[in-house]
Amino acid sequence: MTTAVAISLSVNGERVEANVLPRLNLADFLREHLKLTGTHVGCEHGVCGACTVRVNGDIVRSCLLLAVQAHNATVETIEGVSDSGEIADLQSAFRERNALQCGFCTPGMLMAAQDLLKQSSCPDREQIREHLSGNYCRCTGYQAVIDAIETTARARAERLS
Amino acid sequence: MTSEQEKSETLSALDRPNSYIGKTVPRPNLDRLMQGRGLYVSDIELPRMVHVVFLRSPHAHANIKGIDASMAKRMPGVVAVVSGKELSAVITPWVGVLSHLKGLKSAPQRAIAVDRACWQGEAVAAVVASSRAQAEDAAELVSVDYEELDAVTDMRSALDPATAVIHVSLGDNLAFERNHDSGAVDQAFAESDEVVEAEFVFGRHTGVTLEPRAVVADWNAAEARLTIYQGTQAPHMVQNIAALHLGLKESQVRVVCKDVGGSFGIKVHIYADEMATYALSKLLRRPVKFVADRVESFNTDIHARDHRCKGKIGVKRDGTITAFEIDDLTGIGPYSMYPRTSAIEANQVVNLVGGPYLTRNYRARARVVFQNKNVMCQYRAVGHPIACSVTEGLVDLAAMKIGMDPIEIRRRNLIADDAYPCGSPSGLRFEQLSHHAALAKLVKMMDYDALRAEQTALRAKNIHRGIGIASFIEVTNPSAAFYGVGGAKISSQDGVAVRLDAQGSVICQTSITEQGQGSESLTAQIVGSVLGVSMDRVRVILGDTDNTPYGGGTWASRGAGIGGEAALQAAKVLRKNILDVAAAVLQSTSGELDIVNNGVVNAVDGTPRIDLSELARIVYFRPDTLPPGIQPEFMATRHFVPREYPFAFTNGVQASWLEVDVDTGFVKLLKHWVVEDCGTIINPQLVDEQIRGGVVQGLGAALFEKCVYDERGQLTNANMADYLVPMSGEMPDIDVGHVVSPTLETELGAKGAGEAGTAGAAAAVTNATNDALRPFGTIITEIPLTPQVILTALGRI
Repeated sequence: MTTAVAISLSVNGERVEANVLPRLNLADFLREHLKLTGTHVGCEHGVCGACTVRVNGDIVRSCLLLAVQAHNATVETIEGVSDSGEIADLQSAFRERNALQCGFCTPGMLMAAQDLLKQSSCPDREQIREHLSGNYCRCTGYQAVIDAIETTARARAERLS
Repeated sequence: MTSEQEKSETLSALDRPNSYIGKTVPRPNLDRLMQGRGLYVSDIELPRMVHVVFLRSPHAHANIKGIDASMAKRMPGVVAVVSGKELSAVITPWVGVLSHLKGLKSAPQRAIAVDRACWQGEAVAAVVASSRAQAEDAAELVSVDYEELDAVTDMRSALDPATAVIHVSLGDNLAFERNHDSGAVDQAFAESDEVVEAEFVFGRHTGVTLEPRAVVADWNAAEARLTIYQGTQAPHMVQNIAALHLGLKESQVRVVCKDVGGSFGIKVHIYADEMATYALSKLLRRPVKFVADRVESFNTDIHARDHRCKGKIGVKRDGTITAFEIDDLTGIGPYSMYPRTSAIEANQVVNLVGGPYLTRNYRARARVVFQNKNVMCQYRAVGHPIACSVTEGLVDLAAMKIGMDPIEIRRRNLIADDAYPCGSPSGLRFEQLSHHAALAKLVKMMDYDALRAEQTALRAKNIHRGIGIASFIEVTNPSAAFYGVGGAKISSQDGVAVRLDAQGSVICQTSITEQGQGSESLTAQIVGSVLGVSMDRVRVILGDTDNTPYGGGTWASRGAGIGGEAALQAAKVLRKNILDVAAAVLQSTSGELDIVNNGVVNAVDGTPRIDLSELARIVYFRPDTLPPGIQPEFMATRHFVPREYPFAFTNGVQASWLEVDVDTGFVKLLKHWVVEDCGTIINPQLVDEQIRGGVVQGLGAALFEKCVYDERGQLTNANMADYLVPMSGEMPDIDVGHVVSPTLETELGAKGAGEAGTAGAAAAVTNATNDALRPFGTIITEIPLTPQVILTALGRI
């Protein structure tokens, strides 16, 4: 059987050293080895977006990345961006707008939304819908999610102006 | 009484500081989910826990001649490989029938197939190992000797004499048939100016909960107790069924339901692989975890719909609808699901067709047949989208035939808002509906005339837009008539216990469950309002059979109407108990006192008398200082079940505005409107979001979602890339309006809202598509409306 490979990476600002099998994907590594269960697994197929995390600043599907590929990388998960306060305003807008029901898609949805808001200061609804089209939500019908992101974008733009 | 939802100018009892009923307030505890700190079953790990992976039949129908697990058992980490026969030692089979669905039959189903697999995906062996990956590795080495059998796949030929019978003991492949005939249908058709017929085809689809089904079963041999952690909508039902088939008492089974990643009716059933997991835990005497992967979800989560329904409508030239007739056929897979059965959807179709309309002439036949496909059962808005699409499709065809506007024909035929209480031809009883008020509001919201003008103008530019209207009725707040009378131990009543703790905060335990609808919020809103306590002091506990009253759970739009009423009544008792003690302490009378903002005040002028925290301190720690004879009871429990009406029907109407690209066959949804009437609205935002989410699930069925089987019973698109669900890019904004007709059966007056969106969305879209395609003289009565379906109808492919 293939032997474990030593990897070293930063996860939510903490140094992590681990020995992992080459076939282990990043989502399972985060969930099962680091117990960061906020990253969810919906399809293991790169389609649903529930496992979205940030690697070296870009959002990726952690079910499509092997843990060994994250060697030397900087990984940020929903737990990290929550604790740092980076998306507190976005989370607040989601709360006020009830932009989540079961909440299973929400960590991935928030990671994707924050990614858009970092790229584009004031995206319109079409752009928001387009950017989130890789994050499935079966509960809300999306409108509340779009509303919450739009509200956050406007508030951030106002703070800057 | 029916009223439109407007802001009241005068202050009412609900405008007190802690009046949350009717107000949009954020759901409690959302931060947990938004920070990734929820606890879904897939997150749970227990000491000594092992993982089960099921080896599933690759064939739709096959004898199992032998299973060789010798190599698999030698693989690293493997704890056991268990066959259906071996598991039979600890769990008994079941039959999914209900006595009130007369004639419904099914065959015994086992947790793991014994001797024969009846659909592609049925479990034939369980592989248990220290990790899921190890179990999957070992599963690849289990060798099963199959003898493939003829598969029954097409429901149209399932009853032919030449077709193989799936369960020989049942005699044929007919699971259930219902016939209904009321009024004078033949005479009505004979007297009609026009009679229109069509066959409506509904694709088989499924719920695609974003978190797959998952269960952790923990048999503690020393306690002789099984704890089941499961994302279920009905914990007490799971408790009852698990105990029954494992030979335990209910008191030996605890069901714990933490966060649930989507349900929609998918997680209200008992699945064979879940039963197998409970049994494996008992057999292996340790916790066993099962999490379906996505392929398994598509192959084993219940499918829904899959109907072919012939419909017929008679109409007079003045628009009067004279009669409806339907002949519905549906295929349910090889077994009727347990314990709710797979005949409910067809039964609902018969119940609901024609429901919004005046005509008393109605004939229906529904037949439910077995097939070698995945099991089919109740999914959100059971039967509603079928009944609504058939009814509203026929109404539009009739209108088209006589040259009448779709709004006008509905105005002339919908039951008048002042005609209630009344009944439907199929025997349903309506307490108070508001079809006309809802339709009038919808027409206004969408600016119908302006849209018609826009449609006409664009047609000249070869842009084909359409408007589709769909009125509907919706089953909510089911009484024992749904399952209990048929012998299923699925409670129709719910209970809430409310108590004041030692610091003046409130803890409620409720038997309804939370899957994101807002059960926790509505319970806290009701209890806070009644008690005069702020919501942040109310904590709601749900989803634990050891720690909540006994009850049904959250399904069939029952949480707010039934669980909400129990919460209201329990809080009223606690309020009285608090005021009695306060009166004794304050040497006043309870009538002179009130509770506002977490404190007891004078009812007359609001003067603060004693904080609830101080009152609680006295009661719990210095009862010696209370006047003699006072026994405070700071905990109260009440239960509720509807008894007067079997179901609290709601109603509504939807409209779709869309554009069809006649070159590519793509449908672009531009806008969607819903007006619905769920009675008293506890939290407007939560109701609107239930509606929107429901609409989008209906839009999925209308445009994208279909489980595509080949003729051998192989599901060919069992993954998220090939099975399409609505994505944010394709979904329109949805405007929601309300008419409010509270049910008088409860003090709260709330009816359900969970099915409404799904009930009418597909009908509105199909009608809009046909409206858009009017210049081409083609009618489509099949969903999903894929480009292929549309281009075929247009004769372009």
